Amino acid sequence: MSGGGVARASGVVFAGALLQAVIVSSLVVGGGSPDLLLLVVISLGLLRGSIPGAVAGFAGGLVVDLLTLDTLGVTSLVLTLAGFWAGRYGETTARGRRLPPLLAAAVLTILAGVFALVLHYMLGYELDARQALLTALPPAVVANVLLALPVHALVRWAVRERELEPATEVEVVV
Amino acid sequence: MSSRSSGALKRRLAVGVLVLLSLVLVTLSFGSGEDGSLSRVQSAGASALRPFAVGAERVAQPFRDAYGWVDGLVGARSEAERLRAEVRELRQRAIQSEFALQENEYLRRLLRYLDGPRFPDDFDPVAAEVIGRPAGAFAQAIVVSAGSRDGVVAQDPVVTADGLVGIVTRVSRGTARVQLLTDQEAAVSAVDLRTGAEGIVLHARGTRETLVLDRVRKQDVVRLGDEVVTAGWSTAGLTSLYPKGIPIGKVTSVGQTDTDLFQQVQVDPYVDFGGLDAVLVLVPKERTP
Repeated sequence: MSGGGVARASGVVFAGALLQAVIVSSLVVGGGSPDLLLLVVISLGLLRGSIPGAVAGFAGGLVVDLLTLDTLGVTSLVLTLAGFWAGRYGETTARGRRLPPLLAAAVLTILAGVFALVLHYMLGYELDARQALLTALPPAVVANVLLALPVHALVRWAVRERELEPATEVEVVV
Repeated sequence: MSSRSSGALKRRLAVGVLVLLSLVLVTLSFGSGEDGSLSRVQSAGASALRPFAVGAERVAQPFRDAYGWVDGLVGARSEAERLRAEVRELRQRAIQSEFALQENEYLRRLLRYLDGPRFPDDFDPVAAEVIGRPAGAFAQAIVVSAGSRDGVVAQDPVVTADGLVGIVTRVSRGTARVQLLTDQEAAVSAVDLRTGAEGIVLHARGTRETLVLDRVRKQDVVRLGDEVVTAGWSTAGLTSLYPKGIPIGKVTSVGQTDTDLFQQVQVDPYVDFGGLDAVLVLVPKERTP
């Protein structure tokens, strides 16, 4: 990625983290709220690859944890793995397909939700797993899937770089 | 080594380093107390980001109000005639002037509360804007724009004109994290104002904004509509974190079974935790060391 691309991606991640911490997390619909930062990290992973995705997740998570005075590193850990997974998906199976953002948003919202729950449990937080998994997670998945394509388009426009090229066909000669 | 395997190694190394870094941060952050070195770093980071958060909050306020307005309309469709009348009234007003009126009224109510007899004498109020809400379903909390430089410390109670909001759990120089009453870990000693029945207000499991008055003995009388307020006890040199008499909510159901040791009392909180714009942090006039 070029220097300008890195700067633009950093700006997108910072804006996503800021909006998530200040606004989006309070927009509760049907018991759950969308996760804008997760969608931004997924999009960057799909567009730029696994390492930029993981770095974006780590940095965005750090900003959110700083803004909300939460335990440092928890959101970073969840989003690092989400960004990496989205990047690997973009580098392999998703190449040349149209709807990876939707699938990645649905799968990663669930995985990130469950992983975050386990992480908080391991850190000794009092949790209501039923509320987190059955009440809050399904509407969050729906909201993230609905927002996935607009956010992906916005991130692609903001980063202004071409998507990962589709894998070239390889002919095996024996 | 081929370029393909070196790329895979690079990927694994990068994600491994980031995961390790996250785990180190979690360990240090979790292990360090309020005065730990990482807390100071986090506090400095939060202070540096505060202007951005405040700016974003102000830019977002009209959108948030519009969302709240639309959300209110959707909710009102399933409610009684009172809310329908409220919706009709809201429709008659221009949206922008409505936002201004609501904000004005909210602040006036806070002022009236400050000047009124319900405000606890032993505390000074620190007005603070709500500037953030931690994401996820794990913590019911807000971040407010008042911190240690305003005299706020951890465990200071937080209120609005409607009633108790929660308690400060972490403080940076210019911001503080407030654990809401609806958090799984929140617990407040409370009494039924009418009968004096004592209990502990906790978050009701499986709900987002409902509370229960737990540990109410079966022989105590609690009725529907009773007002529940903070108990504010003081015994053997120990005092409750919350001042006495701050409204918490209204009793909406009372039940008991033969097998339960205590009554099951459900409480509807007075505070709308989803619509908090500004709060008052109660700073004790004299802090006990």
